Amino acid sequence: MRNSNEIIDDIANREYEFGFTTDIEMEMAPVGLNEDTIRFISAKKEEPQWMLEWRLKGFQAFKKMQFPKWQHFEMPELDLQKLSYYAAPKKKKQLNSLDEVDPELLATFEKLGIPINEQKALAGVAVDVVFDSVSVATTFKEKLHELGIIFCSFGEAVRTHPDLVKKYLGTVVPHSDNIFAALNAAVFSDGSFVYIPKGVRCPMELSTYFRINAENTGQFERTLIIADDNSYVSYLEGCTAPKRDENQLHAAVVELVAMEHAEIKYSTVQNWYPGDKDGNGGIYNFVTKRGICKGNSSKISWTQVETGSAITWKYPSVILQGDDAEGEFYSVAVTRNKQIADTGTKIYHLGRNTRSRIISKGISAGHSDNTYRGLVQVGPRAANARNFTQCDSLLIGDRCGAHTFPYIESRNSTATVEHEATTSKIGEDQIFYLNQRGIETEKAVALIVNGYAQEVLNQLPMEFAVEARKLLSITLEGSVG
Amino acid sequence: MLTIKNLHAEVDGKQILKGINLEIKKGEMHAIMGPNGSGKSSLSSVLAGRENYTVTQGEVIFEGKNLLDMSPEDRAREGLFMAFQYPVEIPGVSNLHFLKTALNEIRAYHSLPAMESKEFLKLTKEKQQLVDFNANLMNRSLNEGFSGGEKKRNEVFQLAMLDPKLAILDETDSGLDIDALRIVAAGVNKLRSADKAFMVITHYQRLLEYIVPDFVHVLYNGQIVKTGTKELALELEEKGYDWLKEEVHQKESV
Ligand SMILES: Nc1ncnc2c1ncn2[C@@H]1O[C@H](COP(=O)(O)OP(=O)(O)O)[C@@H](O)[C@H]1O
Ligand SMILES: [Mg+2]
Repeated sequence: MRNSNEIIDDIANREYEFGFTTDIEMEMAPVGLNEDTIRFISAKKEEPQWMLEWRLKGFQAFKKMQFPKWQHFEMPELDLQKLSYYAAPKKKKQLNSLDEVDPELLATFEKLGIPINEQKALAGVAVDVVFDSVSVATTFKEKLHELGIIFCSFGEAVRTHPDLVKKYLGTVVPHSDNIFAALNAAVFSDGSFVYIPKGVRCPMELSTYFRINAENTGQFERTLIIADDNSYVSYLEGCTAPKRDENQLHAAVVELVAMEHAEIKYSTVQNWYPGDKDGNGGIYNFVTKRGICKGNSSKISWTQVETGSAITWKYPSVILQGDDAEGEFYSVAVTRNKQIADTGTKIYHLGRNTRSRIISKGISAGHSDNTYRGLVQVGPRAANARNFTQCDSLLIGDRCGAHTFPYIESRNSTATVEHEATTSKIGEDQIFYLNQRGIETEKAVALIVNGYAQEVLNQLPMEFAVEARKLLSITLEGSVG
Repeated sequence: MLTIKNLHAEVDGKQILKGINLEIKKGEMHAIMGPNGSGKSSLSSVLAGRENYTVTQGEVIFEGKNLLDMSPEDRAREGLFMAFQYPVEIPGVSNLHFLKTALNEIRAYHSLPAMESKEFLKLTKEKQQLVDFNANLMNRSLNEGFSGGEKKRNEVFQLAMLDPKLAILDETDSGLDIDALRIVAAGVNKLRSADKAFMVITHYQRLLEYIVPDFVHVLYNGQIVKTGTKELALELEEKGYDWLKEEVHQKESV
């Protein structure tokens, strides 16, 4: 009879499901990072001069910056000169429909279970797929077009909607925000662009799927979402990468802008390759995500389910500028083996009567380290601002770590800031109780973990929630004990 | 149905069960009584397969199979159910979702297809009425925030749902007021049948007024020191356990 320790170890050591590579002819930039690299990328993408200049500004800022030191893990050595900053499936002409996409690529997405064919899209999800550095397929464009919604790759938006891009690019995450954001500004490859016009409720989930395939590349996509007055959009982001012994850097930037009475719901299911059980390989997921509730009564909500990456390091944030604006952050972060997560959120209450809600559920197994770091800042003008933070950690086994760093800075005496935190262990008693009802240990752990993460999973759109649940169960298979 | 022979078990290096012998046949109701700390919960834990107990001697045959060789979940799937003295809380997992998972795991073990939602809900309703369980509690998280009495009644509801061959009830009556006790007892009585057996662990004779046992065993210091019928329970109620303890010590010193 296997005891629960053995079963948990098994779960912890389970293989990564999406670790295959796709054999496809690639066009790569020469290794290294300098002005020429940036000019090369910009030229490859046939960008206008203003875009190149913005990139170069980012590069200037980057050169002056250093890696931060405050994180709760040892910063790995990153040699940014050894990476290639552009990799694209070789294909000269612009893709107009899915039929023109390399069948090998389509087969890859099939394997990943990504709904890029129209049939799946009919289920109500429009998908943009970013493979290494370029966006290869955006489904459902026409239907969205009728409503005036723009949903396309970032590169395409630069060409077709330069005014919108110029107006908002870098207004939420400036090119000099932090070293990874500056690097992204300089070398960003592609990403998604969304504009929802005034008064339009986007009738389907918009979704981007990111996949890193090429070796020795970084992925630096950039997403910009603008919801104009009285509009609504729900956006989903998913990601995977092949297994490689080398670490790969993913330094993305996401900017959200919500105007008056607009709402943006941004959901992520992050399943980048986490490395093997000894901590070799895996993605460094160093991402800057920030939204601004610019208009009054606007709302931005981040929901993230983070199960992959060797290191996850990000704080999706909300600036509550408008009065009565609302920000939310719902997070489940799972770490196992030697994975590290240092994640959380920052909420800046600037407007009056602004509200925010933070629900963070950390789950650590194996030898992993899971940190919640959050900042709630209330400005002097933010009368009656309210925040509620609930921050829970669940430990599986006794070799993992969980840490909580909540920072509160309030400069308005009428503000209410509440913080609750708990740490618990999956109890032998809970597992035995479920065993006694005929449920084996692996399933029992999945059930307990899903129950624990329920409040966050409930925030995900239906289709995604099912996937996230499955992912949570699979991720933790074998980590009980 | 269940044969326990010379069962010895320890926990944390401490000998708790010291040679238990017990035979339970189909259709029978056995009551196990005994002072606090005598090993009643330990016996049910060992039968259910709790990991921290080590069996050092003896054997247990359940429906012709060696029970001690089986994992806890397989024991459950073979038809052994234990109503816990202290049911655990599992936040975020709905009572019904949990029960559906359990039921279908057991069915899969017997090569039966998973039960359809519609059928499951029908079954739920039927059993909920049978044991008079509060329907509002079915959709709540498993035992989370339930009162002591509600937890115990949830155990009986689960028992009704999973329909085991042998049910062990570990002090299901303790912490219940008299009305709740009557309801629980009525529920258990409705579940009695010729092909099922019960082992009811209790402290008090009062439960046995409602659930009439075929046999009463007294467990003391890890052994069954006396077996009788329901009259024995009355005698214990009247005289306490001290006379029995003395009897045991006298025997030991001879
Ligand atoms: N984990 C444990 N470690 C050490 N002793 C234990 C443990 N669990 C139970 N015991 C001891 O075993 C004895 C029997 O306990 P238990 O089976 O709970 O008795 P009962 O249910 O009859 O009150 C008690 O002396 C108790 O202290
Ligand atoms: Mg007991």
